[in-house]
Amino acid sequence: MTQDRRFPVRLDLKQGTVDMSHGSGGRAMAQLIAELFHRHLDNALLAQGNDQALFSPPPGRMVMSTDGHVISPLFFPGGDIGSLAVHGTLNDVAMAGARPLYLAAAFILEEGFPLADLARIVASMASAANQACVPVVTGDTKVVERGKGDGVFITTTGVGVVPEGIHISGDLARPGDAILVSGHIGDHGVAILSKRENLGFETEIRSDSAALHGLVADMVTAVPEIHCLRDPTRGGLATTLNEIAHQSGVGMQIREEAIPVRPEVTAACELLGLDPLYVANEGKLIAICPGERAEDLLTAMRMHPRGEDAAIIGAVVEDELRFVQMETRFGGSRIVDWLAGEQLPRIC
Amino acid sequence: MKYVDEFRDQKLARQLASAIAAEADPARQYRLMEFCGGHTHAIFRYGVQHLMPPNLRFIHGPGCPVCVLPMARIDQAIAMALEHEVTLCTYGDLMRVPASGRRSLLKAKADGADIRMIYSTLDVLRIAREEPDRQVVFFAIGFETTTPPTAVAIKAARAEGLTNLSVFCNHVLTPSALRTILATAGPDGVQLDGILGPSHVSTLIGSKPYAFVPEEFQTPVVIAGFEPLDVMQATLMLVRQLNEGRCEVENQYTRAVTEAGNLKAQALMAEVFQTRDRFEWRGLGFLPESALALADDYADLDAEQRFPVEIGEVKEVKGCECPAILRGVKQPTDCKLFGSVCTPENPMGSCMVSSEGACAAYWSYGRHRAPAAQAETV
Repeated sequence: MTQDRRFPVRLDLKQGTVDMSHGSGGRAMAQLIAELFHRHLDNALLAQGNDQALFSPPPGRMVMSTDGHVISPLFFPGGDIGSLAVHGTLNDVAMAGARPLYLAAAFILEEGFPLADLARIVASMASAANQACVPVVTGDTKVVERGKGDGVFITTTGVGVVPEGIHISGDLARPGDAILVSGHIGDHGVAILSKRENLGFETEIRSDSAALHGLVADMVTAVPEIHCLRDPTRGGLATTLNEIAHQSGVGMQIREEAIPVRPEVTAACELLGLDPLYVANEGKLIAICPGERAEDLLTAMRMHPRGEDAAIIGAVVEDELRFVQMETRFGGSRIVDWLAGEQLPRIC
Repeated sequence: MKYVDEFRDQKLARQLASAIAAEADPARQYRLMEFCGGHTHAIFRYGVQHLMPPNLRFIHGPGCPVCVLPMARIDQAIAMALEHEVTLCTYGDLMRVPASGRRSLLKAKADGADIRMIYSTLDVLRIAREEPDRQVVFFAIGFETTTPPTAVAIKAARAEGLTNLSVFCNHVLTPSALRTILATAGPDGVQLDGILGPSHVSTLIGSKPYAFVPEEFQTPVVIAGFEPLDVMQATLMLVRQLNEGRCEVENQYTRAVTEAGNLKAQALMAEVFQTRDRFEWRGLGFLPESALALADDYADLDAEQRFPVEIGEVKEVKGCECPAILRGVKQPTDCKLFGSVCTPENPMGSCMVSSEGACAAYWSYGRHRAPAAQAETV
């Protein structure tokens, strides 16, 4: 990289830290953007150097979604806040059956945050965006005083386009539909919990943080009649199913035995008094489609690396009260309710 | 998962269910109190009640430490955190328990109090070491199960000379509560034919301390583990005792409970704690010799002495039936607040907070009606 004449001394990406001038709009901010953000996130639209990205939208219906990321710790097994900020928004866009086109990213940095960590996060973000073939085309940086933030917060916004003939929405689940999940649940939440500083819990679990639009593209091609798609993030599978049941005015009947959960996740949840059904995921989706197309959809999902452990876990039923019920492994039946408050561990 | 799935096996559950159904005498009632919240949780989560004959009913006992903690103690903890600006550490279940004036530890935290959720008393020690300028108070609660870890932390603090750590002790004792329940049982109170005895508590205190139950109250006890098959097997053992006219303390949870219990932990508790003359239990009132305080030798680590506070008069939420529910006299659905203004999101009473509380278990797993028709694709 040739040295920019505006900045005779390069940013110290080894020892340097964020200071208030990096958000001031002046030369220091320009240098941070040039030497850190543009360097990693390099693309033609970003290189325009304007306060906005200018592009011509393709034909079709557009979708747009935004997501704030405040995760702690910033780095965790299987990802970091940078990759998560890309995957989270791409997945929200993709859950309309859409092909994501562009991302925008806004950073809120805390004074004193190491530039080395910031560079690592932005590089990870760039790598996730490159892998997804969705560029970050515009952004913003602000700095808050020490103690007024927690290192870095990242908000990302995404736009995408929905192919013709696809109508996916949380209010379209109908009795007789099948409920599918794309793989093992609970990995992300357990990976994060295991790394929290106040929980010295060693485990091999890695976050499932991943972009799902490739899987979604294959799914809508194979079964364009998909009614609902949603990624079960905070609140987990249980809360997401309740959301859809409520939106669609239906009930759901699922089977515990059919839900894929890794033994390590089951074990960690058992120790912590958590229920995997309520633990967050960042690389899984729930699909609801007409019952007669369930096997076709399952086959298409299993062909994709992000859906190789996919399973049919239950069915949509008529229910005025919109309950999600589960046949337990034990042979009983119980309600699977919305998550209440935080998932708190039991004490005895 | 090994050592877990075995105790949740569907086939064994069916066998136990048919044995209970075959042996239960249709001419009599089996009103069995499961003492612990852990039992209550298992009964609801796995639908054990539905596998029982209609004349066998589980009555939910007071064995949920969060549920029996009187509001005044939470008020006191909040006052300590706010007035003395201490760092208050506690287990997660306590955070949302309602205090006076619609407050809670969670709300006090939002108001600026330094309240931290911990998973182990080792976390408390770590915080005290890492932040020597902060006064760290451990809000200790629980039955005999969680008492030894508190004792370990107290001894470690003394050994390390951690002068910024103290303990707000709310540890309570199981036998005293059991005695009160049985003493008030009868035609006017709750009617009990047998007791499913504590699981984890008994690993500590052993099976001996329950001898008074058959002797003084002519009621059989079976100590039961927390897995659903444990509960069902213990239920069958109680049914057999009742049918055969026996009345004794039996131990279903033999893989963890012995007659004498954990002597090392008992010695540790005896060194660090002393029994309080009386202590208030939510729903049961002031019970004699039912709780622990720090022993005189450790009084300098007692947060109540280090950070004295005065709290106002405590008013229970009007209409809240937690006290009667904790005594087994009423069911959650008998409470007018249940499911209307009192839900896990907005708990008015303590039984709605912990997943081991009877109201929370009823709400989360039990608001069943006729099960929805099985769809063809399932």
